[in-house]
Amino acid sequence: MNVILAIANVVIKELYRRKDFYVLLVLTAVITILMASANIFNDDKVVGYLKETCLRLIWLSALVIAVGTAARQIPAEIEQRTIFPLLAKPVTRWQVILGKFVGCWLASGIAIVVFYAFLMVVSASHEHEWRLLNNFQCLWMEWMFLAIVISMVLLGSVVFAAPSSTLTITLVVVLGILLLGENLNLVAVHQAEPVRSLLYVVYFSIPQFSWFYLGDFVVHKIGSVEWLYIFLASLYSMAYSAFFLLTTWVCFRRKGLNK
Amino acid sequence: MLPIIDISGLRVEYRTQAIGQTHKLAVDGLDLQVMPGEVFGFLGPNGAGKTTTMNVLLGFVTPSGGTAKLFGTDVQQPIARQRIGYLPELTYYYKFLTAEEILRFYAKIFKIPKAEVEPRINQLLKLVELEHARKRVIKGYSKGMQQRVGLAQALINNPDLLILDEPTSGLDPIGRMKVREIIQRLKNEGKTVLFSSHELGEVETVCDRVAILHQGKLRVQGRVNDLLKEYQTNLEQIFLKIIGYQPSIAI
Repeated sequence: MNVILAIANVVIKELYRRKDFYVLLVLTAVITILMASANIFNDDKVVGYLKETCLRLIWLSALVIAVGTAARQIPAEIEQRTIFPLLAKPVTRWQVILGKFVGCWLASGIAIVVFYAFLMVVSASHEHEWRLLNNFQCLWMEWMFLAIVISMVLLGSVVFAAPSSTLTITLVVVLGILLLGENLNLVAVHQAEPVRSLLYVVYFSIPQFSWFYLGDFVVHKIGSVEWLYIFLASLYSMAYSAFFLLTTWVCFRRKGLNK
Repeated sequence: MLPIIDISGLRVEYRTQAIGQTHKLAVDGLDLQVMPGEVFGFLGPNGAGKTTTMNVLLGFVTPSGGTAKLFGTDVQQPIARQRIGYLPELTYYYKFLTAEEILRFYAKIFKIPKAEVEPRINQLLKLVELEHARKRVIKGYSKGMQQRVGLAQALINNPDLLILDEPTSGLDPIGRMKVREIIQRLKNEGKTVLFSSHELGEVETVCDRVAILHQGKLRVQGRVNDLLKEYQTNLEQIFLKIIGYQPSIAI
């Protein structure tokens, strides 16, 4: 565990020493503050709409940070050859993968905590209530969603040649799943065989990212989500992350390190 | 006494993309033993198979045949690397970390007790004369300074075996002298050192034994003094003779 945490610590240090991370963090914070503080004509619908936009913005920013950080981890280690002194120590490739995963996951967790803190403070200032439980559940589920995304990106980073291709492909896949994934079964119903079966296979094998978005509970104040749902969704996220991490290890285990 | 490095019949084959060739033999049936307390020079022209052999010892490359052991343990087991220090040819460190952060990171990897970490870091930074720059990120270091950080990280676990891949390449004369002094000091402490170098004068000064590799095969192995006596010339001439170098008359 020491080794994994040491590698994770380096990932976090790298993130907060990079200028592009601060640009995204400050930009999102500013937009969140501006939009969430707007109280146009005291119209609840408009305020709710702006709040939902803020939550989507937080999702997108956290996603970009997570994908951007995870995509370059292993390729950069190989390209800059920092992997050599690391693997010359009693470190296994599995520990490298887990360390990178934990580092990226914690780093994006820190980013979303900052984003939600901004949103909560601004919302609470004119709604006069904190809605801690709703916000915590929303944040937690987003973090669980990012666990799947990061493990998926790490797999992409050992399969594809360059970090830029990993970044582009995984962003397209994640956004594709977010936008279309939950409706694939509905599309499948109207298709002829074998397209129907094929679509069902895809539907049941892709991770359903939309299950992790709880923004509606925050915006429309419709109470909190059952803890059982949160627990099962967390298990679902861990299962997918474990699958992607194991596949990453299988690909990385025998990968040549010379560029 | 058990050898610290025990290589037997080592064979490493690479797939190549050259036309008419599918495989390239980088190391061919290498047998080598390095005993405790020795400073062993690993010599050969570029492409001779030195770095490949070192990569096998460090677990980066899986051999196609033969065995390689460190402290009696197969090199593919990570535990075999618990007691070694490695300095790569070029400096490959996280440029966004400071020297002391790099050392702290590797100390964590080796699970060095917390109470011992800071005194060890202070001692190593003093040894490599980087105390003044300990809080600066490595990105701003000169090449010599980066090489000295590399040496410090290779020593963080107080290793019994040091593997140094061309440790003085690209260093100025003072930097080279410093590295040589450190190797000599480690030798006096009873450490085993395996190092590759193209600086044959340096090898002659610090090594007890040498091995010369050429085209993946071991050509000569022996004590430096014995080789000098046998060939009645310096190590550079011995090296050139063994690899079959013919000086160009046209020049």
